[in-house]
Amino acid sequence: MSTLGAALPIRIRGIEKKYGPVTILQRLDLDVAAGEFLTLLGPSGSGKTTLLMILAGFVRPDAGSIKIGGDEIIAAPPHRRNIGMVFQNYALFPHMSVSQNIAFPLRQRRVPAADIVRRVTSALEMVRLNGYGERRINQLSGGQRQRVALARAMVFEPRIVLMDEPLSALDKGLREHMQLELRDLHRSLGMTTIYVTHDQREAITMSDRIAVMNGGAIEQIDRPEALYAHPRTHFVASFIGESSFIPVDIRDGVPWFRDAKLQTTARTSSSGRYLMSVRPEKVRLAAAGGDDGINILAGVMGDVIYQGDSFACSIDIGDGVKLTMRDYCREDTMARLPARGESIRVSIAASDAILVEAG
Amino acid sequence: MLSSQVNATVDGGLNQDTLRREARRETWKAFALLSPGMAVVCLAILVPIGWLFALSLFDEQGRPSFENYARLVEQRSYIQTFITTFQIAFTVTGVCIVLGYPLAYMLSQLPRRIAQIGLICVLLPFWTSVLVRTYAWLVLLQRRGLVNTWLTDLGIVSQPIAFINNFNGVVIGMTHILLPFLVLPLYASMRSIDKDCLRASLNLGASPIAAFWQVFLPLSIPGLVSGVVMVFVLSLGFYITPALMGGGRVVMWAMRIEQTASLYTNWGAASALGVVLLVTTLIILGLFQWRLGSRAAAAWNAR
Amino acid sequence: MSRDADLPISHWSRLWLYCFGALILFFLIAPSVIVVVMSFSGSSFLQFPPQSWSLRWYTRYFESMEWREATGVSLKVAIMTTLVATPLGSAAAYAVNLKTLRYGNVALAVLVSAIIIPVILIGIGVFFLYARLGLNNTFTGLVIAHTALALPLVVMTVLAGLRSYDMDQERAARSLGATPLRAFIEVTMPQISLSIIAASLFAFITSFDEVVVSFFTSGGDMSTLSRRMFTSLRDEIDPTIAAISTCLIILSVILLSVAHLVGASRTRES
Repeated sequence: MSTLGAALPIRIRGIEKKYGPVTILQRLDLDVAAGEFLTLLGPSGSGKTTLLMILAGFVRPDAGSIKIGGDEIIAAPPHRRNIGMVFQNYALFPHMSVSQNIAFPLRQRRVPAADIVRRVTSALEMVRLNGYGERRINQLSGGQRQRVALARAMVFEPRIVLMDEPLSALDKGLREHMQLELRDLHRSLGMTTIYVTHDQREAITMSDRIAVMNGGAIEQIDRPEALYAHPRTHFVASFIGESSFIPVDIRDGVPWFRDAKLQTTARTSSSGRYLMSVRPEKVRLAAAGGDDGINILAGVMGDVIYQGDSFACSIDIGDGVKLTMRDYCREDTMARLPARGESIRVSIAASDAILVEAG
Repeated sequence: MLSSQVNATVDGGLNQDTLRREARRETWKAFALLSPGMAVVCLAILVPIGWLFALSLFDEQGRPSFENYARLVEQRSYIQTFITTFQIAFTVTGVCIVLGYPLAYMLSQLPRRIAQIGLICVLLPFWTSVLVRTYAWLVLLQRRGLVNTWLTDLGIVSQPIAFINNFNGVVIGMTHILLPFLVLPLYASMRSIDKDCLRASLNLGASPIAAFWQVFLPLSIPGLVSGVVMVFVLSLGFYITPALMGGGRVVMWAMRIEQTASLYTNWGAASALGVVLLVTTLIILGLFQWRLGSRAAAAWNAR
Repeated sequence: MSRDADLPISHWSRLWLYCFGALILFFLIAPSVIVVVMSFSGSSFLQFPPQSWSLRWYTRYFESMEWREATGVSLKVAIMTTLVATPLGSAAAYAVNLKTLRYGNVALAVLVSAIIIPVILIGIGVFFLYARLGLNNTFTGLVIAHTALALPLVVMTVLAGLRSYDMDQERAARSLGATPLRAFIEVTMPQISLSIIAASLFAFITSFDEVVVSFFTSGGDMSTLSRRMFTSLRDEIDPTIAAISTCLIILSVILLSVAHLVGASRTRES
């Protein structure tokens, strides 16, 4: 059995899963570094939970290989994989006390009774539930249950830890608190962790890297900042953060929107139809005509939606294309805001204009 | 790391053979859990009924023929049995609706706690042996039974009324036994009707009576249908009560099967009767698209 | 719950409904009550309420060799059926619930088929088959037939329990290192035990009260109680049967209460 000190890398190759004619996962490859916190992010039906279930051994893929630190585990039954898993609804055993729940994996491994007591106590300490050992599960709050589930999944020092939307049952405040707590726990213990969520904010807050999944494949895998700044596909750009899309034609390596020549620092192919993805906070009202490296687009001011600390407004730039612009509510910006229907010009820096594949 | 290439099969799927083998093993495990129960059902249900079906296709000399089925439509006595059976089944179902719907409606409108007490009165007979209940009716209704004694003592009648050994007796006994099968699913479906639907209809200007007829009744139909189908199908194949309360004068389908088999030992004819009964039952169930489910559990002793 | 009975329809305008409903409830419950009262009657003459009271019918029941034997056979068969049908049905329900079998639903349909097949058909079919296998009038034969009749209820009841049980619990146990068997015994079973208890009660009562199949396949020494009652009722109304019936009613009251307790604790759990 490995210890938490020696986290192991995971190497996933060619995972395929079909249910009848429906493809859930298509030849998926993924590498997770030792001690990394990797998040599988995607909408429901993207295959992220299936991949997690395959890793844990509850779903059998049609083909593929999973190696943890070099050991092939693809055909191993769940109880021999030595993987800790935190379930969406915690799956704590209601007929056992908190201590009995945490002791369960140790009893299965025939750990001596004295060691069990010691390790359960330290696991409870780790999740700051000292003295809760004799409680019943139904006497705990949501956050406490979450901690028990964590302690139970880690007490046997598994090779890797899997988490299936573990915070989705908590309310917003507690969820944000637990995100930080999980993050800290991971930092101090350093176990290789694969985390599944459909909440992009959660993924960005917690992960070392995020794998964005869609339609049974990984669309893009990168550090959170890189994913946000440089989405490669339409899906990633719209799933992580907000984006407006301007359809562009690329002729001789230059993107055109209608008759306006646009600038971008992104690498382009020589021709074809692309989408220019723009984050709302990168759109600015243009004061005067274009400097180099700044795109200027003419448009018509639309509705302003007040959102407390910020406001968002939509700007029609012709051909039914709408840009969203977002800014903080400061007195100066608010005062200078054009009225609805007014003709305006907006600016987008070339470095903020990202090209993604159309479709 | 190179080993993954070694594991690759011709079409490129990694570890495909291993995974297939594992999948097969898992299927076998599930099959092993299932098979003892299946074996018992095969031995005591499928094989006997399959055999009866085969028997029905041979005449008394052992030659293949449809004689057994032809007789069912040719002989008056068989036709009479069918008519009697359907008459009783329809009457029992009708009476069950007339008695069961208001009862289920009342129980569904009462506060749960009080309704529970009423439900016990429905469940207790449901859980009591059919024999015990039929015996009770014999005690009550026979020529010198309790009801006739009361009636003569009170001077209402001078001659005892023949309650049993006739059509009415069978209907009374069967109604008593089958009523819970209608009330229980109906009550469950009425309980699940959203009271806000009724409040909404009253709010929209419907009178209480209109609200009942136009909102409550249509919503309760699914529960009613499943109860009705259950009662009807069970009465078609009912044996014990007609055998004891019909006095040999009211011959229903199941009794006819029993007589043909044990009295005349004509297995071909008995089997043909049985097959027709089974097919009729299945057709009715199919027609109502009666889904096996929680409702089937309520029919736990389909005797 | 609190909004249950507050529709603007007064209870008075529904008086006719309550009267009618009460009458039907009386119709349902009265026969059983009368049988219980009659069983303590002192005379063999049918009178209600009885003019004298005694336990003579109970004495006669317990002293009669035939009735005692038949009761013994019924009890043995019912207990054995319970012991066979409960594990078999639970295992089958578990397998169906796994959804690993492509034809799981077909298997389920076969397992519960006994519930829609007219019993008379099963009765003569089993008799016909048993005649060739030499199983008529045997303990084994009765237990097999009764197990087949009890399986639908056992399977449905355990399956209902499994469906309301969160299979993630068992997955969690497995990921924590439990073998399939230990995961089932330590985690799943304690949580569906109420369904299994209910299922075994169903199996017991199905066998104990079964008339038609027993009528065809049991006889002589192996006659069940219900078979003897049935044949006896065809000839005459023996007041001893009132005493036996009372015992059976008490049995169903016990089962009903247990089932109620099971249901109540299940709602408390959730």
